[in-house]
Amino acid sequence: MNPKQIIKNLPYQKPFLFVDELTEISESGISGNYTFKESAFFYEGHFKENPITPGVILTETMAQIGVVCLGIFLLKDKISTTTKPQIALTSNVVDFYVPVLPNEKVTVISEKEYFRFNKLKCRVKMINSKNELVCRGTISGMIIAK
Amino acid sequence: MTKEEIISKLTTIVKPYVQNEEGFKNLNENTDFINDLEINSANLVDIILDVEDEFKIEIDNDSMEKMLSVKATVEIIQTKINA
Repeated sequence: MNPKQIIKNLPYQKPFLFVDELTEISESGISGNYTFKESAFFYEGHFKENPITPGVILTETMAQIGVVCLGIFLLKDKISTTTKPQIALTSNVVDFYVPVLPNEKVTVISEKEYFRFNKLKCRVKMINSKNELVCRGTISGMIIAK
Repeated sequence: MTKEEIISKLTTIVKPYVQNEEGFKNLNENTDFINDLEINSANLVDIILDVEDEFKIEIDNDSMEKMLSVKATVEIIQTKINA
């Protein structure tokens, strides 16, 4: 399954799709990026007259690229036009280091810890275009093709 | 390894994932992980992986699906360590 097909199989759409490109994919991990558009809905309220990307959105971006996209790749043999990936986030522990401002491009790098009994657990980090660590943590989800 | 020894090790493994403390206090052979301890399916996977490490056995999908109670889990562990 190629990056375009993986993104097409994602269960998200605008304004809650946070994957632009997937640059590396293997059985053991995945890398991809996303650019936060200035017009994104959450900047209007987070914060008042001081737009900063919310931590929950950064976590969501890490989960979409690092866990869901990787999970779809790992389930590639079971996904078809009739069976779609179904996902549920089950846990995340994330530390944040530097803020992400509107129009910034971030890269997510995820390494698989394990994928067993439908649970995918990954060590995920996000870096900005200056190569600074934005956040990192562990994210897990249950993923099946149904 | 006796059944009691297995249950004792299993109790230690299960503890961090328990939501229902009352159920945990009364843990016995008939305890059901999901109904009595309110453990979610993702943490059930963690328990299975911890069981594999602790007892140095490998759990396949069929066994995993049966491991929903203390009784069933002990039986599977016993079968695997004696195999």
